[in-house]
Amino acid sequence: MTRFIAWTVFLFGCLFFVLPLLGLTEFSLSMRREGYTFDAYRVVLADPQFRATFLYSVMAAVMTIIMGVLIVVPTAYWVRLKMPWLRPVVEFITLLPLVIPAIVIVFGYIRLYNTSSVLPLMGSTAGTTVLLICGFTVLALPYMYRAVDTGMRTIDIKTLTEAAQSLGAGWFTILFRIILPNVLVAVLSGSFLTFAIVIGEFVFPALLNLPAFGPYMQIVGANKAYEPMALAVIAFTITWACMGLIQLVTRFQKHTQVKR
Amino acid sequence: MAFLELAGLKKSFGDLQVVNDFSLNVDQGEFISFLGPSGCGKTTVLRMVAGFEEPSAGSIKVGGTEVTGLKPNERDMGMVFQAYALFPNMTVAQNIGFGLKVRGTPKADIKPRVVEMLKIIQLEQLGDRYPYQLSGGQQQRVALARALAPSPKLLLLDEPLSALDAKVRVSLRDEIRSIQKRLGITTIFVTHDQEEALSISDRIVVMHGGVAQQVATPFEIYNRPSTKFVANFVGTLNVLEGTVVDSALGKVRVNNDEISLKQSLNGAKNGDAVSLALRPEAMALGDYKGHDSELHGKIADVSFLGSVIRVRVNLGKETIALDTFNNSRTPPPNVGDNAKVTFTSNDLLVLQ
Repeated sequence: MTRFIAWTVFLFGCLFFVLPLLGLTEFSLSMRREGYTFDAYRVVLADPQFRATFLYSVMAAVMTIIMGVLIVVPTAYWVRLKMPWLRPVVEFITLLPLVIPAIVIVFGYIRLYNTSSVLPLMGSTAGTTVLLICGFTVLALPYMYRAVDTGMRTIDIKTLTEAAQSLGAGWFTILFRIILPNVLVAVLSGSFLTFAIVIGEFVFPALLNLPAFGPYMQIVGANKAYEPMALAVIAFTITWACMGLIQLVTRFQKHTQVKR
Repeated sequence: MAFLELAGLKKSFGDLQVVNDFSLNVDQGEFISFLGPSGCGKTTVLRMVAGFEEPSAGSIKVGGTEVTGLKPNERDMGMVFQAYALFPNMTVAQNIGFGLKVRGTPKADIKPRVVEMLKIIQLEQLGDRYPYQLSGGQQQRVALARALAPSPKLLLLDEPLSALDAKVRVSLRDEIRSIQKRLGITTIFVTHDQEEALSISDRIVVMHGGVAQQVATPFEIYNRPSTKFVANFVGTLNVLEGTVVDSALGKVRVNNDEISLKQSLNGAKNGDAVSLALRPEAMALGDYKGHDSELHGKIADVSFLGSVIRVRVNLGKETIALDTFNNSRTPPPNVGDNAKVTFTSNDLLVLQ
């Protein structure tokens, strides 16, 4: 009986998640009356706006990942090594982006960095893009920090650091040749999550008036029928590909394999 | 001049004084063990030498040069940790070559040195393996090779055998000593295992409460412990509480027996209490050639340990343990039998 209930709940869950996706995909393939077609995808992929906004978002995602890694890895390492008592505070700070809405951060940026401020970053597209990347980094902070911190928990940071120091290594060598390679899987997990978040993010680029993929999806969705569905399927595919890559990287990371 | 000079080292964490006025001179090529129970400060002293802990006071000199203020990566010391601490992302060969690489050694020189170290630790075939593919003993040998590869001035071993099983521990212990002798490298070995320290060291520093209780050769530490703590900590020891009967003649009463001591009573007067110590192997049951002193009691317990039989004899207030060799023609005594324990009074130690 318990088994039956468990299976029922599982099937219900599957239907709950899969049915809308199936409906979405089916609708995205129904552009022609005579049957299923990839026309919606063809239209979307041929749209120069799609390519421009998608490339812009990919660039922003890559920059966000680099910035996130450069901030989070040394921070998580230092907190674990030298200031473990500060961990709850750092964890709390990294959780703030989940509590504070993105719109609050954007308006904060606009007030602080507008053209009449001391640092008028919003006076140019490049400056605004820098703000966008900073905003994305803040948004991705909870995911990146948690992933990296979990990765660091699996290795003996203190002893590895001391072993490297006794062999003559400085902090830079320790961080980038010992610590980072050993938490690479965790860093990649955080990176893929960041990528997935940044690609679909709407609030930041929309309010900063930047040509990103999120606002493009909104514009297409407001004016067309089948193309937004194709875009949604593409966005889902990208996210799932990221998740799949996390699994793959974890599986093929040789030195993290457990001895059998 | 000593190669390593530790002078007046002190270390406290908050209000807790962990190391108190620790001084030691170590000669070049010497193998010194820090022996003591957990929390005695032995690892803290080692970590101060390595540069991982900053002394609250005192100085550390290596080869006449002050290193107290130097960072760990500037001290040119190799260290082996209890937890192996091999870099998981590197192969065995890369681990061994790491120290040379960060020191800027040319690639052409690194390879032969790595091969040489692999040969020394007898793992020539495993250079391409990752640490997770090795056993604990193999990993620790790689850690030793990694520490030795850059030819450091000093080798520091922080309980390197504690995580290994008994058999591997003994073989690796001998291997460490033989490599150390061959390379002539000055070594400090931290352990809480007295057998390890006794078997491997040129000298032993027995530590307790952040203080060096005795610094001496293994033979002296075992046979002539200078304090009650050393006597109790190193080997099994029977401590007998006695009363001085005649200080001039060195006569001491232990329960109902009187013993004549040849050694000094450390200034004790008639009627004073003294603590005497005697190793189990220094005693025999019944008369024995050369034994000039005796104590009387009853057999309390007999433990068969294979080649040795440990007999516990109740002397009244105290129970002492003595070891006799197993002899197939002489059965062990029975519990409750009267026993005469004999020994040479020279073997008695008067504890401070």
